[in-house]
Amino acid sequence: MNSRAFHSVDGTYNFAYLDEQTKRMIRRTLLKAIAVPGYQVPFGGREMPMAYGWGTGGIQITASIIGRDDTLKVIDQGADDTTNAVSIRRFFRRVAGVQTTEETSKATLIQTRHRIPEKQLTEKQILVYQVPQPEPLWKLEPREVETRKLHAYSEYGLMHVKLYEDISRHGEIITTYDYPVEVNARHIMSPSPIPKFDNPKMAMMPALQLFGAGREKRIYAIPPYTRVRSLDFDDHPFKPQRFDKPCALCGAEEVFLDEVILDDKGDHMFVCSDSDHCRERRAAGHTGSRASDAADMGFVPTEGLN
Amino acid sequence: MYVATKGGESAIEATHELIAEERRGDTTVPELGTDQVRNQLGRAVDRVMTEGSLYDPDLASLAIKQAQGDMVEAIFLLRAFRTTLPRFGAAEPLDTSKMIIRRRISAAFKDIPGGQILGPTYDYTHRLLDFDLVKEGANATSAPEATATEQTMPRVTDILGAEGLMQAENREEIEAEPFDLGRQPMSFPANRDQRLQNLFRGDEGFVLALGYATQRGYGRNHPFVGEIRMGFVEVEFTPPELGFTISIGEIEVTECQMINQFTGTKDIQPMFTRGYGLAFGQSERKTMAMALVDRALKASELGEDRDHPPQDEEFVLAHSDNVEAAGFVSHLKLPHYVDFQSELSLLRGLREDALSTQDKEAAE
Amino acid sequence: MNALLEAQSVGHSYAGGQLGCEDVSFRLYPGEVLGVVGESGSGKSTLLGCLSGMIEPSQGSVRFDAGGQGLRDVFSLSEPERRLLMRTDWGIVRQNPRDGLRMNVSAGGNVGERLMAVGARNYTEIRGEALDWLTRVEIPSGRIDDLPRTFSGGMQQRVQIARILVSKPRLVFMDEPTGGLDVSVQARLLDLLRGLVRDLGVAAVVVTHDLAVVRLLSDRLMVMRQGRVVESGLTDQVLDDPQHPYSQLLVSSVLQA
Repeated sequence: MNSRAFHSVDGTYNFAYLDEQTKRMIRRTLLKAIAVPGYQVPFGGREMPMAYGWGTGGIQITASIIGRDDTLKVIDQGADDTTNAVSIRRFFRRVAGVQTTEETSKATLIQTRHRIPEKQLTEKQILVYQVPQPEPLWKLEPREVETRKLHAYSEYGLMHVKLYEDISRHGEIITTYDYPVEVNARHIMSPSPIPKFDNPKMAMMPALQLFGAGREKRIYAIPPYTRVRSLDFDDHPFKPQRFDKPCALCGAEEVFLDEVILDDKGDHMFVCSDSDHCRERRAAGHTGSRASDAADMGFVPTEGLN
Repeated sequence: MYVATKGGESAIEATHELIAEERRGDTTVPELGTDQVRNQLGRAVDRVMTEGSLYDPDLASLAIKQAQGDMVEAIFLLRAFRTTLPRFGAAEPLDTSKMIIRRRISAAFKDIPGGQILGPTYDYTHRLLDFDLVKEGANATSAPEATATEQTMPRVTDILGAEGLMQAENREEIEAEPFDLGRQPMSFPANRDQRLQNLFRGDEGFVLALGYATQRGYGRNHPFVGEIRMGFVEVEFTPPELGFTISIGEIEVTECQMINQFTGTKDIQPMFTRGYGLAFGQSERKTMAMALVDRALKASELGEDRDHPPQDEEFVLAHSDNVEAAGFVSHLKLPHYVDFQSELSLLRGLREDALSTQDKEAAE
Repeated sequence: MNALLEAQSVGHSYAGGQLGCEDVSFRLYPGEVLGVVGESGSGKSTLLGCLSGMIEPSQGSVRFDAGGQGLRDVFSLSEPERRLLMRTDWGIVRQNPRDGLRMNVSAGGNVGERLMAVGARNYTEIRGEALDWLTRVEIPSGRIDDLPRTFSGGMQQRVQIARILVSKPRLVFMDEPTGGLDVSVQARLLDLLRGLVRDLGVAAVVVTHDLAVVRLLSDRLMVMRQGRVVESGLTDQVLDDPQHPYSQLLVSSVLQA
């Protein structure tokens, strides 16, 4: 990931937008974050030309580690063609001139919002998460002076109080996304608002996982092959979501599905949230119950779709 | 029929074109020049420079034009540009006692050395729409020439300070390398330099509301306007390679120093405490509000109760920035359908469980 | 027997110069209940703050025997050690239950918190223990999932007590535990407290302006005035035969009232 020349494609800004000093600062932060898995490292986050909350943390990480030889994939909600993913991909094409791809297996760097790709990632890949609220304890304790102590002294009882309340009221833990995890048997961490379906993928993942919260100015990381455990009780173990039907387009099971409303009479279908995974399966000849409708519905390679 | 909620590159390009067209508006109306913005919408330029944290009237004017007058958007544009600028170091502290003054008032004393100077202010205008302004060229009045006030005007708070009546600023804090909010993340508890930088950049509406709240009892701190002064000050910088101080230009600022009550302790004689406000250009409202909030945030170091939001530094400092706030509020427009799907499935599941329990109970 | 808590010449003045308390010394032994009485402004709340690690005294020392390792200065403990102490060996019953409870967490969750804080991870067991403790403080089992705000003041106070006692602390600090409650509710709460303290053998420091509270709960008594202890001794002795003129005044004023 070396960047030999420091100019963006159009020459207006430095390569990958950020100046080299800032990139060095962020890389130092990343090293610290990797050294202490799950610990939120404060960093001098910069104002980016995108709005806070729209991925500025992930963008700063990507900008700091991307090199000319990288191939970038950007997804939002699992899909490459959602507007903000398109916008971020365009940004990096413009300021870094790197190759971009929609194919998970071809990417060396994947920036994501709210999902982990279905395909198992490899040691040669880095997954960068956009994080809106890095503090897993914020709903219970808004004060940072206090939450930093809770992390420092491993005082995590409060987190289980929340889970206890869920079970006592609803019979189960009702957190469905941004489900807190314990990393490397030490820090409790927000996995970012991915569905809890994706939580198990974080554990012992071969790829490096980096998390950037731009507005809150925090970076954290999970090194490859690190233990990641979703919080639970011994007698109420963690359960990821399950879908009773396969993807209506590619027939995939054990994947996260999006509900697509088809008309105002209650007709709907469930399709893969990971658009590349679905495309790849369909290309390989897998079909779901409504595969024939797929083309009509715009589930085709969508570059240039209005 | 199903409509794909997916947007491609061409859709994004089209929206950029559409907004450019909207910005220009009716092409039979002459286009607004950034020099017109700079000269005729000065207070807007001042606010964008202050909260955009960059003293550059031309760029601020451009930002205002580009954002169609949307101030928060213009501030955001200026901030994003500021990020790309190299940083040479910190200037010497501004010496506002050497300000070339255009306006200067004190509410604490009737007469002060150097006198009260009204300068340009809306304070005594009657807020009646001036329909003459509709006609172009009708407003070519010229104000009487002011005599340049070269004489030094001591700051009111310094006069009180000389008598030991005003709490002095902490020397160590002044001499320490200043915190840089543009480079370093905010941390708590925050030092005074962090607080002041944050309030300086903070949204005028937010800071104003908090300052107002202190006046209504939510963290009351008995303020008097010691002095508001507005004018030009020199910015000095010491390049490390030179080793001596050089002047790099002049900027227009407004400064407000509030005098607040405070009873002393066993070890410290009773004295007044200070609330400080500063902004680029002419921004009295902002500096006054800032001074009120600055003083409220001193509650804990003065051993006062911290019962109200303006005294709670995490609450104030974490929410004052309108670029952060606007971004996070607007991000709710981004797709959240993965998370929503998760909630939807859960809710359906919980309702099914409840229904089957009811059925079972009904059957028994 | 070794002392559990030892105060040596404890004194504290506030930043504004006001005196909180001055030169207070005593030893508290396991299972013993010490009452501290005085009118408002007598320094008893400051003293309680100093003893319970909330206010660092400007003079003297407070030492506690944590886990039978001998007396250690409470303020020389590291912050995590002190915080651990506060959720295990110690408990603080606040006058206003709102300050001692999480108002947005159910009664069961409030009681279970301390168990979870020290690593309990079995829901059924945590809930079982919470239920047991709520029953012991006479909260109907059907209300385990209700929020404290739906409870009366007396019930809230009992939930707070259960929340603290569940971790089997060795020392409990109580700040006007019956303040703000109706007289009949006060009597019932005191009765309950007395039973629990005796059954569990927990030591306690009870600060109050109400002599009825200390007569019922405490073994020994300290009378404070203007920041200083003016008289101390066995509770019955001090209340029945006060020596200091101020103690005499305090006792007689209650009798008249």
